[in-house]
Amino acid sequence: MTTRDRTTNTALSLERTVAPGAAYDPALHPFQNRRIAITGGSSGLGLALVRELLHRGARVAFVARKPDGVKRVLDELGCVFGVVGDVSKKEDIHPIALQLLGALGGLDILINNASDLGPTPLQPLADTECEDLERALATNVLGPFRLTKALLGSLAASAREGRGAVVLNVSSDAAINPYARWGAYAASKAALHHLTRVWEQELGASGIHFISLDPGDMDTALHAAAVPDADPSTLKRPATAAREIADAVDATLFRALQVVEATSPPERR
Amino acid sequence: MIAADSPDRRGIGAKLLSIDRHGTIRHWMRSALAELVSAGDLVIANDAATLPASLFGNHVRGQRPIEVRLASRPSLDVTEVSDFVALVFGEGDFRTRTEDRGQPPALAPGDRLVLGPLQATIVRLLNHPRLVFLRFDGSAREIWEGLARHGRPVQYSHVPLPLALWDTWTPIAGPPVAFEPPSAGFALSWDMLASLAARGIQFATITHAAGLSSTGDLTLDARLPFDEPYRIPMPTAQAILQTRAQYGRIIAIGTTVVRALEHAASVDGSIAAGEGLATNKISRSTRLRAVDAVLTGTHERGTSHYELLRAFVPSESLVRMDLELDTHDYQTHEYGDSILVERAARSFAMRPGRHNRPAGDGRQPER
Repeated sequence: MTTRDRTTNTALSLERTVAPGAAYDPALHPFQNRRIAITGGSSGLGLALVRELLHRGARVAFVARKPDGVKRVLDELGCVFGVVGDVSKKEDIHPIALQLLGALGGLDILINNASDLGPTPLQPLADTECEDLERALATNVLGPFRLTKALLGSLAASAREGRGAVVLNVSSDAAINPYARWGAYAASKAALHHLTRVWEQELGASGIHFISLDPGDMDTALHAAAVPDADPSTLKRPATAAREIADAVDATLFRALQVVEATSPPERR
Repeated sequence: MIAADSPDRRGIGAKLLSIDRHGTIRHWMRSALAELVSAGDLVIANDAATLPASLFGNHVRGQRPIEVRLASRPSLDVTEVSDFVALVFGEGDFRTRTEDRGQPPALAPGDRLVLGPLQATIVRLLNHPRLVFLRFDGSAREIWEGLARHGRPVQYSHVPLPLALWDTWTPIAGPPVAFEPPSAGFALSWDMLASLAARGIQFATITHAAGLSSTGDLTLDARLPFDEPYRIPMPTAQAILQTRAQYGRIIAIGTTVVRALEHAASVDGSIAAGEGLATNKISRSTRLRAVDAVLTGTHERGTSHYELLRAFVPSESLVRMDLELDTHDYQTHEYGDSILVERAARSFAMRPGRHNRPAGDGRQPER
C-alpha cells in the first residue's frame, strides 16, 4: 500500500482567482460561520479536520462512537460540539442528525469521514469473514448514505438560501485500484465513491455538491492497523490532509456560490 | 374513511382528490401532483423535522409513571431549548386511544419530572390540569442529547407498530422543531421536486414548528392549534413576490404553511422574511391573503385542519368532498391520502386588489 501511485478521486482544481478589490466576503473567509458536521471526529483525519475547520472560523460538530473519545476532544478544543453515536447503526442515525442540527441550527457541510478497515490485521478476501465485510459496508457505505439522507433537507435549505452545500466523502485510492488484502475496505470505499458521483449527478444542479476525496496514506491509527510496519515518517500528517480537504471544500463552495450568483434573479425591493 | 395504519412514507398508490377554483372535484394518483401545478406557480412546503416529543418518566412527588408530550415552544432558536409547553398523560401508552388514557397525578408548579436522562420542573399550569409550561435542567447540548436518546415520536393509536423517528421526517426535513410531522410533506419526493423544477414551477420552504394535532381532551382540542413559531427565509419571501407579480398561484404543502403565510400576510398582505409567532386560527371567516391552494391530508370534520378548509371553499364543496372521499376509500390521518383544495373563485371576486389577478381572468383549471 505504500508503493502504489496515489490517485486522487476528485478532479477539483484547487486554484482560483479572486478579482482584486472584489467585495465578496465568503471568498475571503469561506468558512466563517459555516456549519460543518464531521463523522469519526475524535481521532486521525477526523480530529485533524475538526481542528483545521475550527481554525478557519467554522462552527463544527463532530460524531464519534465512544463517550470518552468525545469528551477528550471537547476538553481539548472547547468551542466544538460533540455527539456520541455510531454511523454504522441504523438506530443511531436520526438521533445523531437531531443533535447535529440542534447544535448547529442547520448544516452547510457534511464530511463523512468515519471509516471501518474491515478485518484487522488485513486479510485476503478468502479469509475475510462475511461479518467483517458487512461492518465495513455498514460504516463506509450505509452510514454515510443514511446520514446524508437524514441531513439532506438541511443541506438543501442551505443551498436555497445561497450559503452553498457540500457533502464530502472521504475515499481512498483503494476505491479505484485493487490491492490484495484490502478487499472489504476497498469494495466499501468504491461503493461510497460511486454513490458520491451519482449523488452529484442528481443533486449538483440544485446546489448540493458531492465530492469524494482520497486523503492519501496518513499517519493514523487506521493506517497503523492496516500496515503495522509502515515507517510513520513516510506517511502524510493528518493535519496536512485536513488542510487539503478544507481547500477542496472551499473550492467547491466557491464554485457553487458563483453559479448561484450568476443564476439567481435580481433582488426585488 | 379508513385510517392509514402504516407509515409508508413513499406513498406508492396514494390518492389525491382535487377541488379546483370552480368547485370541480377530480381524482388523481398523488404522484401526479406536479401535473396539477402550472409553470409560474410557487409550491411552498414546511421543512421542519419532527422532534421525538414523547417522553416517558415519573412524576416525582406523586411517584407515578407519566408520559410528557412536548407540544410547543416560544421560538425556533436551537440554543434555547429549556422551555416547552407540554401535555402530561397518566399511565399507558399509545395503544390506548388518547381519549381513554388515564389521568396523571395532580400537577402543581414546582413539581419535578424525571424523564429518562432528562429532568424538568413544572413552571406553571396553563389553565388546564394537564397542560403545563415546563423547564428542562441542563445546557442546550444536554437537552438535545436527552431528547435524542430518550424521546420517541408522538405515536398514534391507529398505527399499530411504534413509529421510529425516521418515519416522522419528511423527505425535505431540516430544522428539528415540529412536535408532530408536517405530514403533507410526505407527499413530496426528490423526484417530484425535480419534475416541478423541470416544469418551471418554483419550490420554496418555510420552517414552522407544527404542534400537537390532537390532545384527546375536548376542551384542549378546542384550543388547538397552539401558538407556533415560524420562519420565512429570504429566498422564499422573494419567490412569493415574484410569483404574485406574475399572477402565479401560491400552493401550500400543508396547513402549517397556510397558517404561517396568512399570519405573515395579516398586517397588509405583504410577506416579509423573518421569524414570527403564528397565533391565528384559519376558519370560515378568515380572509385568505397569501395562499391560493393547499395540499393536505384528509381530516375529520371538526378538527382544526378541517375547519381551515372552510376558508378556501364553501361548505357545499366540503360536503361533496367528504362523500367522494368515502366513496373512493380514501385513507385518512398522517400517512394517508391527500387533497388539493384551491380557493373558490367566488370568494376571489370579493377581494378587490388582492395581488392583482382579476376574477374571471380566463385562467382555466388544469384539466
